[in-house]
Amino acid sequence: MFDSLFNSHWFDNQMFTSQFWEWFIIIPTLGGIAGCLFLIIWMSGNRPKSNEKIETMGHVWDENLEELNNPLPMWWLQMFHITLIFGIFYLIVYPGLGSYKGLWESTEVKTYEQEMKAAKTKYDPIYEKYQETAIEELAKDKTAVEIGQRLFATYCTVCHGSDARGVKGFPNLTDDDWLWGNDSKAIETSIMKGRQGAMPNLNLSEDEINTLAPYVLSLSGSASPSAEVITKGKELFTTKTCVACHGPEGKGTQAMGAPNLTDKTWLYGGTEADIKLTLAKGRQGKMPAHGDFLGKAKVHLLATYIYSLSVNK
Amino acid sequence: METATYNYKVVRQFAIMTIVWGIVGMSVGVFIAAELAWPWLNFDIPYLAFGRLRPLHTNAVIFAFGGCALFATSYYVVQRTCHTRLISDKLAAVTFWGWQLVILLAAVSFPLGITQSREYAELEWPIDLLIAVIWVTYAIVFFGTIAKRKTPHIYVANWFYGAFIITIAILHIFNNLAVPVEWTGMKSYSAFSGAQDAMLQWWYGHNAVGFFLTAGFLGMMYYFVPKQANRPVYSYRLSIVHFWALIFTYIWAGPHHLHYTALPDWAQSLGMVMSLILLAPSWGGMINGIMTLSGAWEKLRSDPVLRFLIVAISFYGMSTFEGPMMAIKTVNSLSHYTDWTIGHVHSGALGWVAMISMGSLYYLIPRVFGRELYSLKLVEWHFWAATIGVVLYISAMWVSGIMQGLMWRAVNADGTLTYSFVESVVAMHPFYVTRFVGGALFLTGTLIMAYNVLMTVTGAKYSNVKDSIPEPALAH
Repeated sequence: MFDSLFNSHWFDNQMFTSQFWEWFIIIPTLGGIAGCLFLIIWMSGNRPKSNEKIETMGHVWDENLEELNNPLPMWWLQMFHITLIFGIFYLIVYPGLGSYKGLWESTEVKTYEQEMKAAKTKYDPIYEKYQETAIEELAKDKTAVEIGQRLFATYCTVCHGSDARGVKGFPNLTDDDWLWGNDSKAIETSIMKGRQGAMPNLNLSEDEINTLAPYVLSLSGSASPSAEVITKGKELFTTKTCVACHGPEGKGTQAMGAPNLTDKTWLYGGTEADIKLTLAKGRQGKMPAHGDFLGKAKVHLLATYIYSLSVNK
Repeated sequence: METATYNYKVVRQFAIMTIVWGIVGMSVGVFIAAELAWPWLNFDIPYLAFGRLRPLHTNAVIFAFGGCALFATSYYVVQRTCHTRLISDKLAAVTFWGWQLVILLAAVSFPLGITQSREYAELEWPIDLLIAVIWVTYAIVFFGTIAKRKTPHIYVANWFYGAFIITIAILHIFNNLAVPVEWTGMKSYSAFSGAQDAMLQWWYGHNAVGFFLTAGFLGMMYYFVPKQANRPVYSYRLSIVHFWALIFTYIWAGPHHLHYTALPDWAQSLGMVMSLILLAPSWGGMINGIMTLSGAWEKLRSDPVLRFLIVAISFYGMSTFEGPMMAIKTVNSLSHYTDWTIGHVHSGALGWVAMISMGSLYYLIPRVFGRELYSLKLVEWHFWAATIGVVLYISAMWVSGIMQGLMWRAVNADGTLTYSFVESVVAMHPFYVTRFVGGALFLTGTLIMAYNVLMTVTGAKYSNVKDSIPEPALAH
């Protein structure tokens, strides 16, 4: 019996499209409001005159607990009426009673769209007027850089920090080390399209990791391992394909976001332990694309601000 | 024949544990308040992390402190107003020891990071099952006692306790429907998902406020205020209207926690409308409590216990005004996710729930222990420490919350945000320190109470406990 119920698609088709749930909402809502009204009307009958003595109900509990039967205070009754009437009015105008849309057909999605539209009309021209100016030029315009900085504070600080100095795993944008390049085009592309940095897991043995890590550190003069380690490390650096991205001298390749290993800037930490972890597990760096979300004009100003950080020092 | 007596043992047990758990819960609260002001205080120890201690704090104050207070007073009130002993001493003992076990399990599992991640319902499924069993036992004891009452009418306090017990059972069971990952492990996943899960969670969450922290404590108010003031309840018909209207309306208010989210528009509208309508039913309770004092106002000057009760009702009135205002969507768009919400909760939790419980315990403890209260002077000190503590707490959170809301929405002439998030965090620091001081003051008051109660129950001024059951007075 139940099989046929479900197989007939009655469950899918009727359960949530039938009128049942609608009335399931509407009847208790209106019934409840009517019930409240009925209660206060019922209980405000037989109002005693102002000079009449108020009697107790005549019941006594626990030796001396009694109840007077004072009338409902007038101001309170009026307040109750007002909220009930407001409630009815609100439910006529706004959605509330099942699928009834309300006289004004207001929804939060519509409200959002209206507010966004109003904001676009108001603010877009402010950004658009900078769109045609080259970033190099714009970086000299104090107002433009300030707008860029404010955009940065709104959209970028979660990862890069409010001072743009980043944290472990999220690049510092104020130094001279650039994974993907610091010419204006590269910066703009990073923001528009995002970047995916990938240090693959190379399936290295523990021995290999123990050799490569000090070798990599020696490239920036951060460690001085024995000549033997350097020779072996250099060999592994080639045979294990490190050179493919980081280059024979370890200076990196900006076209693929491969970091320069000869400086002392480390995205994922520069201790031997950090480097070993990077070698053992690989790293995935993700800068999300912001083009669709922010639009060209805002990204242009953001790129200007980032550009100015390295130029205007 | 032996004279029939009331079961005061279980009342005494719950009353003492109310104070013990109050100190534990509030201490954790003060500590995590300090962590928010000075984050290094977690010492990088996972068990001390804010995320693990926060549910410990909320559960300890709501369900351990508040729960024990409700058990103690409801067992006292239902016996005395029904003129009969609890139907079963054994079942009552089961609720006491079971509830303590639940609390201990919470105190262990939260720091270990075992959680359902459902606000105010973080306990995992095996503990939830235990709660369900104890709660049903509680219902049997309470309603069984009502059923064998010697009085023709059920006293109003019991309506509220009864509604609290029934509704919490329903809320607890449906909100915690979950599928365990394995029968031998603690982890489970909710039976619901997405917006429905969120809706269910807040249907539970707001009614934990409505039925646990409001209806239950209104039951307390309806007994202890007229008793301590020695005056009849102000209006029977007002109690009828506000009881039924409150019960009906509260159950709808949950969606106001989910304004401007993926929750459908109709549910948000109903949540807001019903929250606004809730104002009058809530205030009905306040009027009935405060006006019970009419003709006896001078007692407020001389009786610090009564002052606890009346100030609690005032905070109740204030936070039940604030709540409907915050449920209005436009107000909520500013207040939501800010400290204002935390301030609002604490004006209810400290100002109303804790203070009405403390006032009631000052009345109840001397009677169930058969000793005179050790020091009224200390009650006075407690009162001022608590009141100043609450006021500091909630005003700090008002300022901080509204400031947060305004900072988050402030935009520059070019449409960018004026403040980064971290700037709003920095701006909150002084208010977090103030909140810590307020909370510490409140805790100090509770410690004063603990000392006073300790001296009371161990004191020499012993008189026989008056636990024999009197014949119900005849209606006149």
